[in-house]
Amino acid sequence: MRRTRVGAGAAALAVGLAACGGGAGGAGDSGAVPVPADPAKVTGSITVLTNRTDQVQDGTTARYAAEFAKVYPKVKVRFQGLTDYEGDVKIRMNSKDYGDVLPIPNAVPTSQYPTFFAPLGTASELGAKYDFTERGTVGSKVYGLANIGVANGFVYNKAVWKQAGITDWPTTPAAFVEALKAIKAKTGATPYYTNYKDAWPMTNWGNGLGSPSCDPAANDKLTTTKEPWGPGQDLNVVDTLLYDIVRNKLSEDDPNTTNWENSKSLIGTGKIATMWLGTWAVVQMREAAKKAGANPDDIGFMPFPARPNGAFCAVVRPDYLYGINANSKNKPAARAWIDWFINKSGDAQQSLSISAVKGSPLPSTLQPFQQAGVKFIHLSYAKNQQVLDIDKASEVGLNNPDYPQRIVDVARGAAKGDLRSVFADLNKKWADAQGTIGG
Amino acid sequence: MAASRTAGGGARHEKPPPAPPRRNGADRPPRRASSRRVKRGRVQRGRVQRGRVQRGRPGSGAVHGQRWYAPWPYLAIPLALLVVFTYIPVVDMVAYSFTDWDGLSPQRTYVGLDNYVDLFTRPQLFQVFAVSLFYLVGAMVQIVAALYFATLLSFNVRLRNLFKGILFFPYLINGVAIGFVFLYFFQPGGTLDSVLGIFGIGPRLWLGDPDLVNTSLASVSVWRFMGLNMVLFIGAIQSIPPELYEAAALDGAGRWGQFRHIIVPGIKPIISLSVILAVSGALSVFEIPFIMTGGSNNTETFVIQTIKLAFNFNKVGLASAAAVVLLAIVLLATWLQRLLVPDERVELS
Repeated sequence: MRRTRVGAGAAALAVGLAACGGGAGGAGDSGAVPVPADPAKVTGSITVLTNRTDQVQDGTTARYAAEFAKVYPKVKVRFQGLTDYEGDVKIRMNSKDYGDVLPIPNAVPTSQYPTFFAPLGTASELGAKYDFTERGTVGSKVYGLANIGVANGFVYNKAVWKQAGITDWPTTPAAFVEALKAIKAKTGATPYYTNYKDAWPMTNWGNGLGSPSCDPAANDKLTTTKEPWGPGQDLNVVDTLLYDIVRNKLSEDDPNTTNWENSKSLIGTGKIATMWLGTWAVVQMREAAKKAGANPDDIGFMPFPARPNGAFCAVVRPDYLYGINANSKNKPAARAWIDWFINKSGDAQQSLSISAVKGSPLPSTLQPFQQAGVKFIHLSYAKNQQVLDIDKASEVGLNNPDYPQRIVDVARGAAKGDLRSVFADLNKKWADAQGTIGG
Repeated sequence: MAASRTAGGGARHEKPPPAPPRRNGADRPPRRASSRRVKRGRVQRGRVQRGRVQRGRPGSGAVHGQRWYAPWPYLAIPLALLVVFTYIPVVDMVAYSFTDWDGLSPQRTYVGLDNYVDLFTRPQLFQVFAVSLFYLVGAMVQIVAALYFATLLSFNVRLRNLFKGILFFPYLINGVAIGFVFLYFFQPGGTLDSVLGIFGIGPRLWLGDPDLVNTSLASVSVWRFMGLNMVLFIGAIQSIPPELYEAAALDGAGRWGQFRHIIVPGIKPIISLSVILAVSGALSVFEIPFIMTGGSNNTETFVIQTIKLAFNFNKVGLASAAAVVLLAIVLLATWLQRLLVPDERVELS
């Protein structure tokens, strides 16, 4: 009697220990998983993790699964939508249970891809067919493929801009600020909305890198540039624009009470004129405009106000890369899904995004870009790992909301210092971290 | 409640109980003993009697009442939960704090005290404790307000159960919901501005103004936790025997005198417990600022900073070290407090 009870207690403890102290479930690197040649022979059931809970709810994923089943009748696809995708998946990756196909969380360093994901093919082979393969390549093997690319720019309400008398895209940051001033003076709209409180929309400011200089190597250069916020540098130009917008009181009164969901209908109905986001946002804003009874065609998209070499420049970055869990038992089926999803599902076209498949036409939202001769560039990610390492060591957080939030705080006088002191601080942190990483 | 029950028990024992067992004769209470002692005596007698009966029954294994392991099956589940969800994670956290783990990688390297050295060579990491001062002041306001309401509601006030309910209610609401409710409350042109507008007070940026935001957040915290303190105090106040008030009133003590000389000394342990909880709570504020401002605009607390280190910068090792340091600071603060205000047993009667 007594012994059983003690035994049970010990077992409970052991379970607890195993659950808490267990190591990660990374399996070794095996050969690349080829796309199955004969769809009829692929069997098994796979779980696809997704950050798009909206697609799970509105039945889009179920439709994809049904269409996929027509081609691969013996594969069963299940979806798992996760609201806090990054947070949940990162923790699940300490076990072996993180689905079969999943968007690779941003927190996973590229160097660790081989630990967690199965290779999808060689860089030369996949690079010929898809864009952005460099981002997911470790040692000539590709571990993640993007479905879409995202260009950053300003989502704006054309009707409001027109009402203020501005029909052409501003070509310099100064002209852009003047345009916002005209909007403030002539319309009742808030010229610019920061989405400060929800924080993640602010991370887009870091994505401005590359636009002012139109340099595909802008990201790689961060490893050697001692002062990325020095005069004339991309980050300096982009962050100065944010600072000037807030400084001139062209953004909302109280950034601490902004609301992302609400901002969509506000821009749809013309109460907000402009927001710095990505191409992905256009569809959502149009839907919100329709719901609010406004004209969805009023929502437009414009590039960063700079014309290096006489042309606007839009930087296209890969969205989530899709990878296969290295512990998956149905890798061929998982590989088939990724291939079908990127090539055949039509997901990229539906969301009016730039498909990662080479040679795909641009979405209709970007037609005005083509007409205006906007140059599209793809950033090089050759030294991305080093950039991430420096970013982590310096705690600058190029992809975190804290640093643009600080610029907003300084601009509206809520934090000490001025723009120069903020830049000096960022430069120092970056340079110090470069020293420790040895870039 | 408790007080009245004791008094009733005393009344019942005005007549002596049936003849006590011989062995207990010496312990037998004198007729005019205080109610408390009568009660104790009765319990003891009961136990002895039960023991006798058992001893007399053939085949009964127990000699002295309960078997030694009897409490453990009852304790097993709570203990297992405590160990699995509190102690093992804490041990793990301490272990992580000596590594450079990024929260993901299967490998983690032992780095000794590097994380702690890193923490203590960056004084700016400790500047955030200035924000805790707002919450500390808030907590003191909270304790005073709770004492006030608890005292009021301990006397016969009309609708006092309703008021108790109203004041305690915020504590029952989920912290996330409170965060969202107050976001709307503090919005420009929101509830607070509208209400103050009636009195001619102009709108302010309650969350946007860096000098005001921490006061706003601390007052949300006061609103939320005041009810809990109040209920604790009411419970303690009610265990004070009511005769004391009568005696004090006869001696000419007013309400303030009763409060100062009967209630406060009577519930001193609970007050000191509340202060300890307030200090440790102020040092480790998290929920309300995290939901309402995300630590932006001068509202970052030590815990929010730790979370950012762990999840924004993937420095789980360093963040664990920060958490260990916070734990040490809280323990130190509690120990200092116990040293300054030793816990003494209260004997009112």
